[in-house]
Amino acid sequence: MLLRVEDIHKQYGKDKVLCGVSFTMNKGETKVIIGPSGTGKSTLLRCINRLTPADQGRVWLDDEELTHTRTNINKIRAEIGFVFQSFNLFAHLTALGNVRIGPMKVKRMNKKDATTLAMEELERVGLSDKAGAYPAELSGGQQQRVSIARALAMFPKLILFDEPTSALDPELIGEVLEVMVSLAKEGMTMLVVTHEMGFARAVADEIIFMENGVIVEQGPPKQMFTNAKHQRTGEFLNKISELYGETG
Amino acid sequence: MSFEWEWFPKLAEGLPLTLQITFSCIAIGIVLGVLLALGRVYGPRFLRGICIVYIQFFRGTPLLVQLFIVYNGLPNLGITLTALQSGILALGLNTAAYQAEYFRGAIQAVRGGQMLAARSLGMSLPQAIRYAILPQAFRLVLPAWSNEFILMLKYSSIVFTVTLLDLMGKAKRLSARDSRSFEVFLVAALFYLVLVFVATMLLRLLENRVRIPGLGAPSQHR
Amino acid sequence: MSSRGGAPIQYIVRLGPYIPNLLRATVINIELLIGLIAVGYVFGTLVALLQVYGGRALCTVARIYEWIFRSIPALVLIFLFYFGPPRFGVNVTGFTAAMFALGFRSSAYQSQIFRGAIQSVPTGQMMAARSMGMSRIRAIFTIILPQAFRLSIPGWTNEFSSVIKDTTLAYAAGFNEVLRTARIVYDTDMTLAMAVLVFVALIFMVLTLLGNAAMGFVERRFRIPGLEVPGHEKARQMSLGSSGRGRG
Repeated sequence: MLLRVEDIHKQYGKDKVLCGVSFTMNKGETKVIIGPSGTGKSTLLRCINRLTPADQGRVWLDDEELTHTRTNINKIRAEIGFVFQSFNLFAHLTALGNVRIGPMKVKRMNKKDATTLAMEELERVGLSDKAGAYPAELSGGQQQRVSIARALAMFPKLILFDEPTSALDPELIGEVLEVMVSLAKEGMTMLVVTHEMGFARAVADEIIFMENGVIVEQGPPKQMFTNAKHQRTGEFLNKISELYGETG
Repeated sequence: MSFEWEWFPKLAEGLPLTLQITFSCIAIGIVLGVLLALGRVYGPRFLRGICIVYIQFFRGTPLLVQLFIVYNGLPNLGITLTALQSGILALGLNTAAYQAEYFRGAIQAVRGGQMLAARSLGMSLPQAIRYAILPQAFRLVLPAWSNEFILMLKYSSIVFTVTLLDLMGKAKRLSARDSRSFEVFLVAALFYLVLVFVATMLLRLLENRVRIPGLGAPSQHR
Repeated sequence: MSSRGGAPIQYIVRLGPYIPNLLRATVINIELLIGLIAVGYVFGTLVALLQVYGGRALCTVARIYEWIFRSIPALVLIFLFYFGPPRFGVNVTGFTAAMFALGFRSSAYQSQIFRGAIQSVPTGQMMAARSMGMSRIRAIFTIILPQAFRLSIPGWTNEFSSVIKDTTLAYAAGFNEVLRTARIVYDTDMTLAMAVLVFVALIFMVLTLLGNAAMGFVERRFRIPGLEVPGHEKARQMSLGSSGRGRG
């Protein structure tokens, strides 16, 4: 078992965002978290690598407890990739600079090796020709692919995707999903918050449906789409499929 | 009106001091200004308080008063500095307070997502500040900082009040011995015009060199 | 108690006799402030109007004027205005010289405040006024300038807090403004230097505070909903109150 999340609670003021979420992931699995907006999906992702500290609950990665105060969280975060909805590429660095800064500054890799590595990762997302471009010179889809490369360059055990295509124009979504699909097929462990049902159907080993801070239901896509146990799950999946279509 | 050619080399003798004071106080201002800004944004509450009091004092009182406090006041507390040390220190402490506010604004203008992204890569807070936040803040602050440089170039002229012979001091001394004081100061004004013009051009060059697409507006000062 | 003068209370007691003089001198600084702001206002407005409406040649002249008064240190300007007029048979006092030197310099900054304000009045306002049959001049005076005046108040708050500190530069003109008065005090008793200078510093902090409060009142008094400088409110909340930069 690669990741174990146990009974995570998170509250903002009086607003209970997460009320006891537990699940596990095995190496090489892709899991997709779906659910109405405001149900704590993004918060859950951030609680996993402690970008947002959880109020209660525990998380283990490879039998190391992340939520323990003694854990060196920076070391753990280096092993967990994170892809943001709004890309968050470093605006003062080129695509290449963005991808190699992690290996150089966190892993203390020398510049030459980090550059070679970064170029490979850019190649992997199909952007080696844009290595010298600054974020402002790239399209949204290209920026998101660079940010995936930035995560990959750290050789993460797991990548968390926080609605990676939600900020993109429709015509740019495909190129990002393509990269994600190929990653899933290569055996990368991925936890993805998304509304892209086509992606979920194609590569997810399991879909987790969340609402109001709890997991309502989880299961393989086939079962979830055709034979959901809970009425809410079925309703939501139908609505979301209508809204977003099943492209990707 | 009549001018003497020999005034030019005489005033020029004051140039090195003017430049020395300007560059030294700007250097002090950058280091201290960045520290104050970081203290104000990321520091614990008491440190934030100290930074704010410092910034408020130095921005709320006249620079000339600050210079006299350092030069004439500190000896009361047993600290005696030379005129040059006093001049550099007073100007440096003063510009630091203003630079701190420019840096603070720039740091806060760097979007919050940049910090999150840096931390998600496993960077520590100091690493994230150093590799993600500050390089961007420095570029954002550059236009304001250029302005500050020009201001300090002009403000350095106040050191003549503590007997230093910078460009202004030389002009003052020359005018005391010559009935054509007005003409002497016209020449001094010309020196400052050229200095400011050259500095503006060089700073603009610097801004263009370090500019990065999508980071900060193009230079706007005259 | 140290040999250098003892407890702060002792300084205050010894400073006591000089305080009336210092406060009287402060009034001279305030008079100077009012005078120079007035000079700056008149010429600043004129220069701004020339720049916006004056045509190419006048605009260039105005820009050169601005550049010269911004580039020459205040002290040099004060000496030029002190020694200049006598060369042409006009005698001036130190006060007048300082007032005009700092006033003209202030006009170079005030013109920019006012120009910015004029230019931020939407162009539709002019078109609407002309479409009602107003002449260009009339439109400028009845429609554009009243709006520009309100938009320029925040800039003037800043200008005020900047020049009030620079009134001490009149020290060089040799009349008894507050800093020279302070100097006279501690020239007779060097052990009082720190006390008297800190007192002067406090005077300016108080003046700046009072001035900001007064300008805040003016701002509210003339406020018109919908006619505000974009971002001004937010910037003001984030900063530590207006402490305009002196100009050297």
